[in-house]
Amino acid sequence: MSDVVEKTLTALPSLLSLDSQPGAAKLSSTSKLGNLIRGITELTSKHEEEKLIHRELASIKEQVSSPNTSMRQMKELMVRAIYCESLGYEASFSYIHAIKLAQQGTGLEKRVGYLAVSLFLNENHELLLLLVNTVLKDLQSTNLIEVCMALTVVSQMFPKDMIPAILPLVEEKLNHPKEIIRRKAVLALYKFYLIAPNQVQHIHNKFRKALCDKDPGVMTASLHIYLQMIQENAEGYKDLTASFVSILKQVVGGKLPIDFNYHSVPAPWLQIQLIRILSLLGKNDQRTSEIMYEVLDESLRRAEMNHNITYAILYECVKCIYTIHPKSDLLEKAAKCIGNFVLSPKINLKYLGLKALTYVIQQDPKLALQHQMTIIECLDHPDLIIKRETLELLFRITNTQNVVVIVEKMLEFLRMSTDDYTTIDLVGKVAELAEKYPSDCVCFSYKNYTYAPDNEWFIETMNTVFSLSGDTMQPDIPNSFLKLLSEGFESVEEDRKLRLFAVDSYVTLLKGETGKLPQFFLQVISWVLGEYSHLSEELKPATVLELLQKLLDRKQTSSETKSWALMAMTKLCEGRAGVSVAQQVSETYISSMDTVLRQRAQELQHLSQDSELRARVLPRDADLEPLEVDSSLSFLDGFVSEALAAGAAPYKPPHQRQEELSQAKVLSLEPYGLSLPISMSSCSIADRQSPTLLSMSSGLSGDSTDLSHKGGSTTLKFEGVKRVWGKEGYLAQKESVEEAVQVEAPSPLRSTSQQAEVVGSHSQTPTLTPTPEPEQEKQQLASSLFFGISSQSSVCLMGKSGPTPQRFRRKAKGQSSSSGATEQMSNSVVFTSTTVDNLLCNNPPDSTITSEVDVSSSKHTSELPQGLTAANGTCDIEAELTDSDLKGSSPPLSGDNGLENADPDPHENLDKPQGVCLSSHLPAELSGLCRSEITPLCTLQNLDLSACHVHREDTIVLVVFITNSSDSAVQHIRLDLDSELLEVSCVSESPAKDVRSVAVYLYSLTVRRPAVHVELAGTVSYQVPVGTPQTAQFSYKLPLTAFIRPLTVSTEEYGTMWLAFSHDTKQNLTLINDGQEPLVATLNVLRKKLQLHVVEVIGVEGILACKLLQDQPCLMHFRVHEGALAVWLRSPVPDLPDCLIYHCQRALQEH
Amino acid sequence: MMQFMLLFSRQGKLRLQKWYVPLSDKEKKKITRELVQTVLARKPKMCSFLEWRDLKVVYKRYASLYFCCAVENQDNELITLEIIHRYVELLDKYFGSVCELDIIFNFEKAYFILDEFLLGGEAQETSKKNVLKAIEQADLLQEPRHEFFTVPVY
Repeated sequence: MSDVVEKTLTALPSLLSLDSQPGAAKLSSTSKLGNLIRGITELTSKHEEEKLIHRELASIKEQVSSPNTSMRQMKELMVRAIYCESLGYEASFSYIHAIKLAQQGTGLEKRVGYLAVSLFLNENHELLLLLVNTVLKDLQSTNLIEVCMALTVVSQMFPKDMIPAILPLVEEKLNHPKEIIRRKAVLALYKFYLIAPNQVQHIHNKFRKALCDKDPGVMTASLHIYLQMIQENAEGYKDLTASFVSILKQVVGGKLPIDFNYHSVPAPWLQIQLIRILSLLGKNDQRTSEIMYEVLDESLRRAEMNHNITYAILYECVKCIYTIHPKSDLLEKAAKCIGNFVLSPKINLKYLGLKALTYVIQQDPKLALQHQMTIIECLDHPDLIIKRETLELLFRITNTQNVVVIVEKMLEFLRMSTDDYTTIDLVGKVAELAEKYPSDCVCFSYKNYTYAPDNEWFIETMNTVFSLSGDTMQPDIPNSFLKLLSEGFESVEEDRKLRLFAVDSYVTLLKGETGKLPQFFLQVISWVLGEYSHLSEELKPATVLELLQKLLDRKQTSSETKSWALMAMTKLCEGRAGVSVAQQVSETYISSMDTVLRQRAQELQHLSQDSELRARVLPRDADLEPLEVDSSLSFLDGFVSEALAAGAAPYKPPHQRQEELSQAKVLSLEPYGLSLPISMSSCSIADRQSPTLLSMSSGLSGDSTDLSHKGGSTTLKFEGVKRVWGKEGYLAQKESVEEAVQVEAPSPLRSTSQQAEVVGSHSQTPTLTPTPEPEQEKQQLASSLFFGISSQSSVCLMGKSGPTPQRFRRKAKGQSSSSGATEQMSNSVVFTSTTVDNLLCNNPPDSTITSEVDVSSSKHTSELPQGLTAANGTCDIEAELTDSDLKGSSPPLSGDNGLENADPDPHENLDKPQGVCLSSHLPAELSGLCRSEITPLCTLQNLDLSACHVHREDTIVLVVFITNSSDSAVQHIRLDLDSELLEVSCVSESPAKDVRSVAVYLYSLTVRRPAVHVELAGTVSYQVPVGTPQTAQFSYKLPLTAFIRPLTVSTEEYGTMWLAFSHDTKQNLTLINDGQEPLVATLNVLRKKLQLHVVEVIGVEGILACKLLQDQPCLMHFRVHEGALAVWLRSPVPDLPDCLIYHCQRALQEH
Repeated sequence: MMQFMLLFSRQGKLRLQKWYVPLSDKEKKKITRELVQTVLARKPKMCSFLEWRDLKVVYKRYASLYFCCAVENQDNELITLEIIHRYVELLDKYFGSVCELDIIFNFEKAYFILDEFLLGGEAQETSKKNVLKAIEQADLLQEPRHEFFTVPVY
């Protein structure tokens, strides 16, 4: 033991030398903590440790609450408390004292106080409120260290509601002369931005100042904020692209002070942050991407060194190159880079290579082909992480030809996986694949093609998925499986076969051992048997009933599963035998404590006796018409009108009643309170429908018409209000419900249009003959995995969907075993001499503890100067920076950090004159109308494309100009426009197909689905007299406001419409205060910018109306409330209110 | 953004923990237990990255200590590995050939260094010189007040 003490003392010279404070108190306190630590390591059992810590905690508790304890002692006590907490024992009594120490202590005491606070509490802890005053005081301190401490704690945690209290002080620190203060202030603001973005909205220009800070550290810190903001809205920061590029150029060029170097690579953290920002900015934006090509190329070139840090930069570059608008030579370099990663013997690089491959596979499926043998090897890699990533890669390249092999590999992994999270994820993916492909199988199965998915494969795969997944499965997987089964595919015969096969396989399963089948699976089985077992001729209902009864009798069956089984039985109880079984079963459960079970048992009892009623309630082979749910409860109309006629008060939704209670005055009702949506799904669950359909239809009621919004709790007195629950108003509302139901219940049947394609590639199928050679096996596997990628360029790709991950939530599995392990660990003696090893020493990682026990401390010290090397040996020895290096005088960034913000975009200069001359080509009927600026779309070898949109009263006309910049004529111009959100119809094409100067194309646009901005994608193809046909793609974006026109209605009409519309949104906007009456001024701005019609302004309220072309109204209600403008938008069109709110905000911001 | 950082010994003893996301003590304990187990079970030649729940875990062993960070999915794994290495370098420079005992007995110092290097889950300062300067300045606070003022600050 004394040995250890001695070592401890020698190992801590730095502490002692720093601790210049003489005095016994200090020393003894150090040893108090030391004693505690040593004491714990001597113990042999968890129980003893508990006893010791509880004793320790009791002593700490007594001392911290004693009034005689000095701050110095308090500091020492806090350190001990932190230690106890980190061992897993609660010391919550000390939290308040930690705050006190931060408040009252000085110097190091304060520092420990703040540290304890940051370790003890998280940002949601209520005690944190008590820290606010301390932070306020310290932010104002003249002592820089105290300011630093305050900023440090603020950047880690701060109560959201108290941000306004310290925000001005933190903002002020952005101008502090010391860079460390500025840097910490920037990070504190970053933290505020993360937890309460609204609070720091007004200081965005100060972020720009931080970005231009002369200190690289401050600038780097500001990039965290920019990354975050650009992630949320890349559009808003496109103007900064050139600045980011210029910073990156300087960093890559080694213009930063040398102490930002890391292993002789200039500021890698900064580089990676910048590349990430650039990739966000350049995504789907050719113009912005073009600005960054050069610097990315430079980064790639410079990063060709053999060190982890350069690989990190390379990896980020590759991701960026594949994210932004593609450029062929960069893509080529990136692909080479990925190749190097994949082929690298270093496992970390191999993993990243696979990841990069997964990432780029969508754009470049051929790349997977190049590395197919490596991928096959990785599929059998001993490290599960590599294997898992390979499966992820394969998942992305699945097509009809390889799906069977890939699913098999995934199931293989699933059988080994012990991690719930991976299981859930993989199960979801397998189910997705299995469900995606059986629609193609129809044409395959009769040809007996071994490697194509068919009915049997589908059912068997799903069986494996269900049985492997345990009860952790996402509930939507069984739901969509049942939906698929019940809706079927195109061929009736195939559907029947599929269902029959499912029934047969489930009967076999139920006859076997059912103990291990998860509840989910049993529910699926019950439903399928109840619904489809009649398809099987040899299967008697009595057999099925018997099987279900057996299931009911099992102890492990959950009551939910039991109710599924009872439902199935209700559908099956036919004939005398069936009825008697049904009676028997229902008698057992009719007195069950579970109400659902009891209900099911009742149903079973009644329906089994009354076969006529049963046939009506549960018709067999029911046509799969979607169940219409009358969410407006219109069948109660008669009842309501009767009640109203008898003098009953009209119905008011709960929130309105509350408001009326809380505010007596009619005209100042608060319309923007929280409204509680009332779910009105009223479906009879006994219907012969799949559960999915049920949930779908009940979901409808939420979307379509929410009655809680009816009866409009606006403060405006609408004429229609009183009558709304009378006959007229009610009818109007019912119509809107029906409309909504019609719109939102499309038939989800899948089309199998791929048939032709599949048959076409069928002939290329390889015939596989088994060979014993392992190498050949691999090649065979490769050919089955990568089949289809080489022959057809369009690979079936899907996004990374999977179940949405839930952070830090997981079923407690294997908890008991792991706690056992912890216990074991704490029992083992920790202070063997390995713990004294120099962390950075060149120790072989596998050297055992015991072999080094005898190493004396003197020998150990002699080992120390060996330098820095990672134990894993993956890191190079770092050349230690000498002092002179640290003070290196390499040129700092130029004064303004090289941010030539004023540098105008060169493109704009070019466009201006062109725009002028193009406008003369506008057709005469459009020339006088309001139009957007002419913007270039794309530039090709011979052609320039530009476009603008012209606002007409009833439509938007898109004008595309094609300018031939060369002397030779261009022929066969074809222009195709397409958009998800827009309906594009051609108005007039330029008659000439050959263009010598300018051709004009006109298109009329209508909005299909509103979005804040709507985008068109287009392709242009043409031919020059000599040469190959050329094509190019472009996109054009319009704001939704282009489609907005004023809607002239009277206040009364407005009132009626308001009540009929179901989609709404509310928000507060800022008022414009420029002399006039704020409401009028604000409304005027909005009216002008967005083309709205002001219906009426009454006191502090205004109502406006507009329509989306053509004739899709949106109503707006504005009210001044506590200095802000409360807005409420309503429309029959989903998303329209939200989009308009956005544009209102923009319009007011720009004002 | 880094979600949390854990330092633990080969015996599974937690030496340091820093959480950048608000979690309850119970969750923290569960995560720690789970991760320590997973990482310790991995063989030396295996990949330093783990996909764990929806996060990525990057770990590295230095002598008897494991340094283990959880980052978000879009974060760069390799640079996280270098963050760990830079932290070890900082510890080494500060303690002078750091060993596990330094961290055990002076865990508060290790926390101070970490706070100067990473703040709120993001790299605050990557210049080794600047971090150490900040720490040294703060350490000087132990001096009586009047002495502090004579020391040039930064």
